[in-house]
Amino acid sequence: MAVLKVKFTKTRRDKLAQILWILNWISVVTGVILFSLGLFLKVELKKREELMAERDIQYVPNMLIAVGLIACIINFLGGKICYDCVDSTKFLRWKLIMLPYIVCTFFFTLCVLVGALMCYTMHWELEEALNLGLMQAMRFYKDTDMPGRCFLKHTVDTLQIQFQCCGNSGFKDWFQIQWISNRYLDMSKKEVIDRLRSNVEGKYLMDGVPFSCCNINSPRPCIQQQITNNSAHFNYEHQTEDQNLWMKGCRQALLEYYTHIMQSIGLTLSVLTGVRYLQTSLENVLRQGDPDSESDGWLLENSLMETARTNLSIIKSLGKSNQINTANNGDPNIDVPSTSKAHYGPDN
Amino acid sequence: MPFLSQKFNLQKRVKLAQGLWMLYWLAVIVGIILFSLGIFFKIELRKRSEIMDNNESHLVPNLLILVGMLSCGLNAFGGKLCHDSLDPQKFSKMKPMLRPYMLLCCGFNALLLLLVLLSFLMQFAVYLTLAEGLKNAIRFYKDTDTPGRCFMKRTLDMTQIEFRCCGNNNFRDWFEVQWISNRYLDMSNDVVKDRVLSNVEGKYLMDSVPFSCCNPGSPRPCIQHHLTNNSAHYDYDHRTEELNIWNRGCRQAVFSYYSGIMNSIGALLIFTIILE
Repeated sequence: MAVLKVKFTKTRRDKLAQILWILNWISVVTGVILFSLGLFLKVELKKREELMAERDIQYVPNMLIAVGLIACIINFLGGKICYDCVDSTKFLRWKLIMLPYIVCTFFFTLCVLVGALMCYTMHWELEEALNLGLMQAMRFYKDTDMPGRCFLKHTVDTLQIQFQCCGNSGFKDWFQIQWISNRYLDMSKKEVIDRLRSNVEGKYLMDGVPFSCCNINSPRPCIQQQITNNSAHFNYEHQTEDQNLWMKGCRQALLEYYTHIMQSIGLTLSVLTGVRYLQTSLENVLRQGDPDSESDGWLLENSLMETARTNLSIIKSLGKSNQINTANNGDPNIDVPSTSKAHYGPDN
Repeated sequence: MPFLSQKFNLQKRVKLAQGLWMLYWLAVIVGIILFSLGIFFKIELRKRSEIMDNNESHLVPNLLILVGMLSCGLNAFGGKLCHDSLDPQKFSKMKPMLRPYMLLCCGFNALLLLLVLLSFLMQFAVYLTLAEGLKNAIRFYKDTDTPGRCFMKRTLDMTQIEFRCCGNNNFRDWFEVQWISNRYLDMSNDVVKDRVLSNVEGKYLMDSVPFSCCNPGSPRPCIQHHLTNNSAHYDYDHRTEELNIWNRGCRQAVFSYYSGIMNSIGALLIFTIILE
């Protein structure tokens, strides 16, 4: 029982082949876009690996790069097949490879879907990695004299300026860490010693933030020190002031940025999947057609269950080493003139 | 007496036509590049027109866009000519158009030469406009409540952060202007009153710079206020400290960016002339 049966003349089949060829090339372009997006994501993650705690998220861009490359190769091959479909002599050459090719693309589509799912699960892992990484980076902000950590101040400052954010969840995170190194604190001053003593762990905490938190849109010069003290500044109320510093937390800002990249990748993947499904069904149609006569075409050769069953049986038969005529879904009991090398049919 | 006369049989003529056709299409691509460079330059000038007093001259990018389009058109037509010259029927149709086309190409080359000269000479104009514009921008930094100037602070802060520079010639330019608006100065405070009165023009001047002058690569948290007062900060010597704030002046920084663009435009134009 066929699904959506349509009659196809030779001219219509030619048109179909042309459409399929175009679809294949669209898929190649989409594959290239996916590959470059995967590469871009890999570079962006590497650029900020200082701010991310040890989490295994590199598998996502690696997989995307692989999928992009495979998409290109498979669709390029598909395009070539389509191009040759119109010529009956060339088509006979490809007829043997058609079925395994379709099986391959079926698996590839599954990979693409799995890939799209992985992109969405990466979101949670990324958030965790950023949370821990940013907390650590802020703790080591002051350690510009320790090898291995001396660039963290520069990294965090440029991050806060570029992404227009402050702190991990907000600017109050800076109130809980000592971000001024002891090298620059005058220990002979009474107020410094008092502040250090008043803290349990001996940290110099204050309600000030680094300069990179300053909002460039603020109408007044930036207030970085004594932020919660209204009387320290003229005409200032910290509860209502929201243009002085960046209000967004850097974890959220970075997450939004990476999610944006992932969304574009997800879109590309869904386009690829859609085109792929269309292609597979059309290829099935072409494979069944006789070169010069009118023939029937289907969206799917049999019902969904039967197609799945026949595909599974093909996979099983591929494992066996005897040569089976592929033109009848691998069923050796059907009496057909075979084109394979070993002749098992009645013609011999 | 002909100059450098050469004998050409059909084979060589065909090869020559093919070679010329390739060159013409290369020139079309270069024309497209020129066009897009012109648009890029125009956008860059527009982006920073505030620090140039909205006074900058758009002559070079406009001409560049025109030249790019002309180049595409002329060279595409030339390519078509080459393609048709191999067919004797079509060639006889085209023959009358050859002479005016050659004259047009010569005129186009002259325009290209003029544009090269302009792109090297206009750099002086850009430099002068920048100097004037930055001076005004620093003066109007505090006027965030005056319409027409309210974005000056934001633009100047962004420029200083992006180009890693401070002030017009250097950071001391900020010591000479009042960059904190009177709205945020507590006039009842004695210190503030003293400082305002001690100045001839009644300006509140101090040896501080805005936060956008801060260098994120500095090992210590940024020192913006009391820059020339060593005793105000622990372990600080303003004469030897060079990582704290940006040392470069914005005029120099922005100008080198624009002159870079203009020089590459000039080089590309010279290449185009040679190609033509």
